[in-house]
Amino acid sequence: MIAFWILAPVMVVCALGLLFARKAVHCALLLAVVMISLAVLYAVQDAPFLFAIQIIVYTGAILMLFLFVLMLVGVDASDSVVETIRGQRALATIVGLLFGVTLVVGIAQVSVGTVVGLDEANAEGNVIGIARVLFTKYVFAFEVTSALLITAALGAMVLAHRERLTPKLGQAEVAAQRMRDYAEHGKHLGPLPSPGVFARHNAVDTPALLPDGSVAESSISRVLAARGSVNSAPGSARQVQRLGGGDQDVPERDDSSDAGGAGR
Amino acid sequence: MSVTPFIVLSAILFTIGAVGVLTRRNAIVVFMCVELMLNASNLALITFAKANGNLDGQIAAFFVMVVAAAEVVVGLAIIMTIFRTRRSASVDDASLLKY
Repeated sequence: MIAFWILAPVMVVCALGLLFARKAVHCALLLAVVMISLAVLYAVQDAPFLFAIQIIVYTGAILMLFLFVLMLVGVDASDSVVETIRGQRALATIVGLLFGVTLVVGIAQVSVGTVVGLDEANAEGNVIGIARVLFTKYVFAFEVTSALLITAALGAMVLAHRERLTPKLGQAEVAAQRMRDYAEHGKHLGPLPSPGVFARHNAVDTPALLPDGSVAESSISRVLAARGSVNSAPGSARQVQRLGGGDQDVPERDDSSDAGGAGR
Repeated sequence: MSVTPFIVLSAILFTIGAVGVLTRRNAIVVFMCVELMLNASNLALITFAKANGNLDGQIAAFFVMVVAAAEVVVGLAIIMTIFRTRRSASVDDASLLKY
């Protein structure tokens, strides 16, 4: 019971964090804490097999899958605060509170009777005990499970597969496209400017500055721009100016937003 | 050892998961809240297995885990597909059938 009283508050706090965390990655990590604590509670309750399965399958496989998908979905996955249905959030909270209070009060009033304990069922060991029940009484359900898993695997393959609709561009096609762009729009033929070369830093998050002190937007990776972690270019420009003693007026610009606009 | 605290904890976690499903807008976080509800029910199943002295509850929790794994795989694939076509993981944006 000591494990329970230590872990229960942690679990409830982490689960509540799931409701309030703004970033999905934080939610995944809080959920990992809840799941590992649950695994410990399983171990406390004479279920060592499910303790291992909980850690391997849930925290190991399922949560990692969540993190993979978060990585693929990327930075735009932050939660919107706009309510599509007015008052839905407040109503949901009220209904949830009512539901929880009803459930807890109801459970607290039920007496389950004496706890039998699993000493007899686990006499040969928990894994052997589970195997005895699983492969006799529940063997048909176990077989059906395999059909479910195969269907799920096939479904995921079909859903994740993407048909290529346009032919893949080779080096010759890319080069021809560049020449065409140059001929029609006068777009620069060579590679994009590298970041930070004419500014004070040569880090990738510092945009290069053009001779007039403005930002060369194409010098920053659009991933960095979308993430909003671009170093302040006007700041660097002002530093350059101070060093050079120039008195030119550097335009004040919100570089992260317009670099992002250029990236898209 | 009493059973009630475990079941109460399971109920609380289930409620939090349900409220999360209702309030969060990000499809992936909604999915995590569904997982939280499944986990809470697993805790109740294992607690009752101990209370009743047989392993059927643990078998049920085992099957819940299997179904959860299959569900997560398909669900995340669906979220990925929706994200690929609509560039959004918000559950509010997938409202094409409404209009």
